[in-house]
Amino acid sequence: MAAVTTTTRIRPEGRRFSPGRVLAWTVMTAIVLVTLLPFYWILRTALSTNAGLAAHPGDPLPVDLTTGGFERALGLQSTKEAIAQGGAGGGLKFWRYLLNSVVVSTLITVCQIFFSAMAAYAFARLRWRGRDKVFGLFLAGLMVPAIFTLLPNFVLIKQLGLVDNLLGIALPTMFMTPFAVFFLRQFFMNVPSEVEEAALLDGAGKVRIFFRVLLPMASTPIMTLAVLTYITAWNDYFWPLMVSYSDSSRVLTVALAIFRAQTPQTGTDWSGLMAATLIAALPMLALFGFFARRIVGSISFTGIK
Amino acid sequence: MTIASSSPPSRLPLGGAEGARTKQRTQRAPAREGRGDGRLAAVFIAPALLGFTVFLLWPTLRGIYLSFTRFNLLTPAEWVGLDNYVRMVHDPIFWASLAVTVEYVVINIGVQTVSALAIAVLLQRLTQSATLRGIVLTPYLMSNVVAGLVWLWMLDNQLGIGNEIIAGLGFDRIPFLADETWAIPTIALINVWRHVGYTALLLFAGLQAIPGDVYEAAKVDGASEWRMFWRITMPLLRPVLAVVLIMTVIGSFQVFDTVAVTTAGGPANATNVLQYYIYGAAFGRFQFGYASAMSVALLVVLSAITVLQYRITRAGQSDLG
Repeated sequence: MAAVTTTTRIRPEGRRFSPGRVLAWTVMTAIVLVTLLPFYWILRTALSTNAGLAAHPGDPLPVDLTTGGFERALGLQSTKEAIAQGGAGGGLKFWRYLLNSVVVSTLITVCQIFFSAMAAYAFARLRWRGRDKVFGLFLAGLMVPAIFTLLPNFVLIKQLGLVDNLLGIALPTMFMTPFAVFFLRQFFMNVPSEVEEAALLDGAGKVRIFFRVLLPMASTPIMTLAVLTYITAWNDYFWPLMVSYSDSSRVLTVALAIFRAQTPQTGTDWSGLMAATLIAALPMLALFGFFARRIVGSISFTGIK
Repeated sequence: MTIASSSPPSRLPLGGAEGARTKQRTQRAPAREGRGDGRLAAVFIAPALLGFTVFLLWPTLRGIYLSFTRFNLLTPAEWVGLDNYVRMVHDPIFWASLAVTVEYVVINIGVQTVSALAIAVLLQRLTQSATLRGIVLTPYLMSNVVAGLVWLWMLDNQLGIGNEIIAGLGFDRIPFLADETWAIPTIALINVWRHVGYTALLLFAGLQAIPGDVYEAAKVDGASEWRMFWRITMPLLRPVLAVVLIMTVIGSFQVFDTVAVTTAGGPANATNVLQYYIYGAAFGRFQFGYASAMSVALLVVLSAITVLQYRITRAGQSDLG
């Protein structure tokens, strides 16, 4: 930490070169480098040939600049060509997996947030018997680690005949998560009651107030929650791994693990694998880049891991 | 715009400068001719309650029930009483995987908490750059699978840049993920890389609640940054830190993805973490009853940690009030 020596004299911001500040900036720079370098390394690897990677493992620039890795990841190369370049030649229906990921994440995000907002409104602004008891039950649900319900949920999804189906992947988190309900309830609680009373005087019903007044007011927390939910759904691996068996319901994370497992005789197709990870990660980077300012400002305690 | 944190002991206004000024205004719904909104509430709560009951409450009860049965998915579950638990207590692999998991959690949480705290304080005291806050969050956007694969490549024994640097400095190459001693610390640090920024931002949100003039006053009294950290930041941040710790420890115990794509539990069970062992029992050997019993054990461990940490937190309330 910066050891700032100050006197009681009020000084303008002019401590540019104290040793403490230099040290602190050095640490900060190191943190940024460790954070970002792997991203550069993915790109550099994806744009190299596997032969080049083996010959010059330490070269900071792409070796034998090529888009072959991306072509293999996207399934644009013929099997023969892929094997010649150190790929597995296994068919990767990349676009299919991408579409599956988009469908599952969108379905989960839209439904979960809409239903959670409805429940949050009922908990925060409506008066009914047993409200606090039911909410207490939801809060208790926060305590159950997600992992615990996965096995019984798999049994349930299997009984419903939804294994290897995108709906089966989405269902468990489609209606709510205790966290989403809790998060939105906190916001609705803090909306001044005058807002609602004024709308009631204007003759609006409670349903209309929810849709026309409260939901628009909650747009920032809803957006933050939506982006976090989307990222979580997109990055989920364990549950989709359990539920999907074939290409028809395979999402990107599971596909990447399979790509990694399809090691050809010559060794792992690092170039193709890194290209695939980059393409899998890009949508989230873009999504975050778009909303970053607002999210970084309003991030709160989430139990998302 | 205020989003209160979900920490019971402390309520933090979050969301930048605006949020810091907003007062907590918790109100009951306005009274309306003394009538409740029962029917309307039932409609509003129905979808969430359905999801809660079917996919959270019921599976929790069913998971506990299954732990007392022998069940392979194909034939109906058969009640076997405490057999699964007796077996678990006598299963050396179970205990080994619990030990490996604890080792992982200790390294992961230790390094992550210290790093996240350092990053949060730097973001608070050194610079207020939102861009930097965005940058530290980028690894969190990757899935654990991607993070695992990238580091698997960077730490590859023959071609990884990590070992190129180590060899370049004249040391022996380290088989990070293929060595029994190195594998768990390596996986723990990979997950620190992915999660530390997110944890740092949670702590940063807590730091924002500490009024700036406290630091100004201390500075006038000639306190160094180092002293301010120990005398102001740490005591005031304690409740937030405790909540973040509970969350990260519980998440850390559930490590699975990274292990699955890097080492697959090897070498020689050195990274066979509990969650991976449970997965193998259920989907590799179709012992759903036994897998459920181990899940119950994990649930008990996590509940105990939560209660313990909550007690400790209550004992050390922040002075912010």
